[in-house]
Amino acid sequence: MRQWIIAAALLPVLGGVALAQETVKIGYIDPLSGGGASVGEVGFKTFQFLADELNAKGGILGKKVEIVPLDNKTNPQESLIQAQKAIDAGVRYITQGNGSSVAGALTDFVAKYNERNPGKEVLYFNYAAVDPVLTNAKCSFWHFRWDANSDIKMEALTNYMKSASAIKKLYLINQDYSFGESVRSAAKTMLKAKRPDIQIVGDELHPLLKITDFAPYVAKIKASGADSVITGNWGQDFALLLKASADAGLKVNWYTYYAGGTGGPTAIKQANLNHQVFQIAEGIPNLGNPAADTFEKALRAKYDFSLFYPRVVNEMRMFAAAAEKAKSLDPVKVAAALEGMEFDVYDGGKGTMRKDDHQFFQPMYIASFGDRTEKEPFDEEKTGWGWRLAAKIEPEQTMLPTTCKMERPN
Amino acid sequence: MLELIVISTLNGVLFGMLLFLMASGLTVIFSMLGVLNFAHASFYMLGAFFGFQLSRWFGFWPALLVAPLLAGGLGAAVERFGLRQVHKNGHVAELLFTFGLAFVIEELVQIIWGKSPVDFRIPSVLDFPAFTIFSTNYPAYKMFMLLVSIAIFVGLLLVLKKSRVGLIVQAALTHPHMVGHLGHNVGRIFMLVFGVGTALAAVAGVIAGPALVTQSNMAALLGPILFVVVVVGGLGSLPGAFIGSLLIGLVQTFAVSMNGSLEGAFGPLSPTYAQSWLADIWSVTIAQIAPIMPYMLLVLILIFRPMGLLGTRET
Amino acid sequence: MSEVTSGVAPPYPALSEKLRFYGIWLVTGLILLALPKIFGSGGALTTFSLIGISIIFSLSYNILLGQTGLLSFGHAVYYGLGGFLVIHVINIISANKLPIPLPLVPIIGGLTGLFFAALLGWVSTQRSGTAFAMISLGIAELIASSALILRTFFGGEAGISANRTKLFRVFDWNFGPQIQIYYLIAAWTLLAVIAMYALTRTPLGRMCNAVRDNPERVQFVGYDPHVVRYLAFCFAGFFAGIAGALAAINFEIANSAYLGALQSGTVLFSTYIGGIGYFIGPIVGAIFVTVLSLSLSDLTSVWQLYFGLFFIAVVTFAPGGLTGLLMMHRPLLKSGTLGKMLPSYLIALVPTLALVVGLVLATESIVHHTVHAGDDPNIKAFGVNFNASSPITWIIALFLIVAGSFAARLTWRRLAQAWGDALSAAHERGYHA
Repeated sequence: MRQWIIAAALLPVLGGVALAQETVKIGYIDPLSGGGASVGEVGFKTFQFLADELNAKGGILGKKVEIVPLDNKTNPQESLIQAQKAIDAGVRYITQGNGSSVAGALTDFVAKYNERNPGKEVLYFNYAAVDPVLTNAKCSFWHFRWDANSDIKMEALTNYMKSASAIKKLYLINQDYSFGESVRSAAKTMLKAKRPDIQIVGDELHPLLKITDFAPYVAKIKASGADSVITGNWGQDFALLLKASADAGLKVNWYTYYAGGTGGPTAIKQANLNHQVFQIAEGIPNLGNPAADTFEKALRAKYDFSLFYPRVVNEMRMFAAAAEKAKSLDPVKVAAALEGMEFDVYDGGKGTMRKDDHQFFQPMYIASFGDRTEKEPFDEEKTGWGWRLAAKIEPEQTMLPTTCKMERPN
Repeated sequence: MLELIVISTLNGVLFGMLLFLMASGLTVIFSMLGVLNFAHASFYMLGAFFGFQLSRWFGFWPALLVAPLLAGGLGAAVERFGLRQVHKNGHVAELLFTFGLAFVIEELVQIIWGKSPVDFRIPSVLDFPAFTIFSTNYPAYKMFMLLVSIAIFVGLLLVLKKSRVGLIVQAALTHPHMVGHLGHNVGRIFMLVFGVGTALAAVAGVIAGPALVTQSNMAALLGPILFVVVVVGGLGSLPGAFIGSLLIGLVQTFAVSMNGSLEGAFGPLSPTYAQSWLADIWSVTIAQIAPIMPYMLLVLILIFRPMGLLGTRET
Repeated sequence: MSEVTSGVAPPYPALSEKLRFYGIWLVTGLILLALPKIFGSGGALTTFSLIGISIIFSLSYNILLGQTGLLSFGHAVYYGLGGFLVIHVINIISANKLPIPLPLVPIIGGLTGLFFAALLGWVSTQRSGTAFAMISLGIAELIASSALILRTFFGGEAGISANRTKLFRVFDWNFGPQIQIYYLIAAWTLLAVIAMYALTRTPLGRMCNAVRDNPERVQFVGYDPHVVRYLAFCFAGFFAGIAGALAAINFEIANSAYLGALQSGTVLFSTYIGGIGYFIGPIVGAIFVTVLSLSLSDLTSVWQLYFGLFFIAVVTFAPGGLTGLLMMHRPLLKSGTLGKMLPSYLIALVPTLALVVGLVLATESIVHHTVHAGDDPNIKAFGVNFNASSPITWIIALFLIVAGSFAARLTWRRLAQAWGDALSAAHERGYHA
C-alpha cells in the first residue's frame, strides 16, 4: 500500500522533468485584481518593459525572457497557490513586491519547496517588500532583495537629518502593522544616537487603510507643536493625511518613504506643499544621468506612468548579468553568482548584493517634491511639479549589520 | 487640550450626522420591508461618484441635487425589479441579494472610475477656513456638511410627523402588517421608501466625497459600522438610529485623540510577561483601538441590552 | 428525546438500501484514493486539497444556514482561530518533540473552533434572522481587527508560519510532498462529511430544522430554540475549526486573512450557490466556487464582477442553488418525461448563450476602454482574441444582446410551458419528488 502511494507520488514528478525550457519564465506574483491592482499593474508593465529590453538584446543566454503574470489578490494563501501554479508551468524564478505579509509567506514557501524538491529549485526575487526581517531573522538563501529595507532607508534618512539643524520637534505617524512599526522603532533608536537633541513629540500608529478622515490625527500633530513629521504611510493613508493637514493649515516638513507612489504627487500638489515633502528612495527622475533619462523617456512614451521602480531595472539587468556569469540558468548557480555581485546601478554608481543576507546596497537619494527649474525636466502625474535632489547617501553610509545566519545548500 | 476637545466634538458630531443620514434610510427600509439593505453603503458610494462625475460636467451645486435623485431612482429600480422578485424566496434570499448587489456595485465602480481615489474637490466658494480655534483652522466645507445634515434631519422629522406618507411610514415602523391590511398600496410605498432611503445615503455620499475620500472601497469601509449603528440604536427605531450614530461618531473621534494605555496607567509590565501576548494588550493605546470601538460597543450592548438602546421589536 | 423522534423517524432501512448507503461512501473513498493517479501535477493536488478544505467549511456553514436558518457573516472567525492555534501547536510539538503525529493535529483546530463558538455563540444565538446576521458581522469585524493588534499571538499582518515536516512521524511519512497532504485532507474530508451527515440524522439535527421552520412550535413542545441554535452553532464552529486547521497545515501559515470578511463571504457564496436545501449542496458549491475562483482570474481581470452577477442570478432565479436545479428534475427523470424537455432546453440554450456572450463581449470591451485605455485594443478574454476598438465587435455584441434577449424571452416562455406539461405528466404518474 505504502509503496503504491509513493509510486503514485513519483509518477507525475518523473513525467515533469522531461519538459524542455524554451524561454526564461519569470513568475510575477502580485495583485492584478481588487484593491491593489493599480499598483500591481504598474509593476507588471515595468517588468514587461525590461523583458522587452533584454529580448531586444537577444535575451538571457540566447533565451527569450517571458513575464508570467499571476494574480495573488494581495493574499498570502492565494500567493502560495499561484506560486505552485507557476512552478507547474515551468517557472524557476518568481518575483513579488507588494506586501511584506505575502513576501514572508513566499520566502517560507520557496525555502520549504527547495528543501523538499532538490534539483527543481526556485529563486525568489523581491523588488519591493521592505520588512527588515526578510534579510535578518527570516533570511533565506533563495531570497534576494533589491529594494533597501526599511531600516536601511531610515539609516539613510537619519544620516541626512544629522545635518538638518532646522528639525527640533518631530512627530511620528505610521500605519499599525509590521512596516509602520519598524519605521517608528528605527526612527526612535537611530535619532536617539545621531540627534539626541531632537524631541519626539508624538508617536502615532493608526489602523491600516481604514481611516477616511485624518482630521483628528492632524489636530493632535498640530497640538504637539511639531515642525517635522516622519511617516511610512502609502496609498490612501498618505494622500488623506496630507489632505487633512492642508485643511487644518498644518505647516510642517514631511519625511516619507512612499510620497512618490500612485496618487502621492497629486495629493502633494493639491495640499500645495511646495518642496515640503521629502522622500527617501534608491532613485528618482531628474538626477541628470543620461542613460536613466533615456530610459525614463522611453518608458513614459510607452505607458502613462513614470519609473517608480528603479530597483526593478537593477533586478532584471543584474539577473541577466548573473546568468551570463554563471553561464547557466540553473537557479542554484545563478544564486551563487548573485551573491556578493557588484553592479552599476540604474541611476549611476555601484551597488552590491551582500553575500551575508542577500540585501542589495546602493546609493540612496533624498528628494523633495515641488516646482521645477531647468535642471528638472520630468514632472509627475501631470501635476507640473517634479522631484528635486536634496541629498545623496552613499552605500557605505547605509551598511547596517545583519543578524542573518544564512544556510547554504551543500 | 481644550482645543482637542472642541475639534474632536465638532468632528465627532459631523461624522455622527453623516452616519445618521445613512442609518435613517436603512432603518426605515428595514422596518417596512423587513430586509436589511446590505448595499446601503454602496448607494452612499454611488452618490459620491455620481456627484464627482456630475460636478465635473455641471459644477458642484447641480450635482448635489441631481446625484441623489439618480441614486434614488436606481434604488427604486432595484426594489421594483430586483428585491420584489426575490421576495417570494424569503428574507435570507433578499439579504443575500443585497449582499451580492454590494459586491457588484463595487466592481462596477472600479471598472468605471478605477481603484485609486478620484479627484473630487471642494467647491471653491466653500474652500476657506470658517474659523480658527487655537491656531487650528476649521474648514468652512465641514460646517456646510454639518448644516446640510441637520437641515435634512429636521426635514425628515417634519415629513414623518406631519405628512400623510410620514404617518404611514411611522405606522409601518411598529405595525408593518396592519398598514398593508388597511389597504395602502404597499408596493408603491416600498418603492418610494427604498428610493428615498438610498437617495439620503447618496446625499451623504455627495457631501462627504470631497471632504473624505471618493474611492471604490468607501462602501466596504463604512458598511459594517452602519450596521453597528442600527443594531446599537435598536433595529427599526429611528430615534435609536440617531442616538447610535452620534454615539459612534463621538466615540470614534474621541478615542483617536487619546493616548492612554494600560502601560501608561499602571506602569510597564513585569519582565516575566514582556514577551507574552499580554504585552500587546498592555501597550496598545486607546487611539490604536479606535476603529474597533464600535464593535466592542456592539458586543457590550448585545450582552446587556439585546434589543439595542431604543429598540422594541425582536427582529 | 428519542421517544419524541422515533415516532416521526423513517422506517428502519432495508438491507439493499443499507448496502447502497455504505456503497456510496466506499465508492467516494476509492475515488479520492485514485484521483491523484489521474491528475498528478502539483497544481492539481493543491486544487484538490483546497476543494476538500472548502467542502468541510461549506458543510459546517450549512449546519447554520441550511439546517438551522442562521445567516452568518462571520463564520471565518472559527475557521481562522482553528488555523492559528494549529500553527502554534505544530510549533510547540516540534519544539518539544512531543509524540503527536500530524494527522491528529486537525482535531485541535476543531476543538479551538468549538471553544470559541461556545464562548461567542451564547450571546449571538439569542436572536435569529437579521439580528443574528448583524451580530455575526460585528463579532467578525471585532476579532479580525483585534488580530492585527494582538501581534504576539496572531503575528500581525504577516501571520505566523510553521513547518509541518518536523513532527513525530508514523509510517515514515513526513508530510512534505503535496501528495501526502492531499491524502491527509482527503481522509479528514471523508470523516468530517460522514460525521456531518450523521449529525443531520440525529434528533438534534431534526430539532435544528424545526427551529429554522417554526421556533414558536419548538417552544410549545418544550425545547428552547436558543439552546438548539446554540448547539448547532457549536457544531458548526467545531467543523469550521477542522477546515481551518487543514488549511493551516496545507499552507503552513496562518494570518489575519483567514479570519476576514472575504473568507466569510466566500463560504457564504459557495454554500448558497451549491444549494442550502440539500446535504450535497455545499459540496457541489465548494467544488464549483473553488475551481471557478482559481481559474476565472486567469481568464479575465474582472472575474469578481461575473462572480457577483452569477451569485445574484442564483439568488433571484434559482434559490435552491445548483443542486436545487438538478433536483427539480428528479420527478421528471423517474417518470421518464425528462426526454420531452430536452428539445425545449436546446432551443432555449442558443439565444441564452448568445445573450451571455454578447454581454461578456460588451463588458470586456468597456473594461478595456476604461481600465486599460491606450493599450493595444487586440485583447484576449476567456481564451478568445478580439479587437475591443473595432466597430465590428461592438455591432456583434449589440446584436447578440438585443436579438439574444428577445429570443431568450420567447424560448424561456416556451420552456416554462414545456416544464409545466412535463411536471404535471410526472405528477400524474405519481412521482412528486
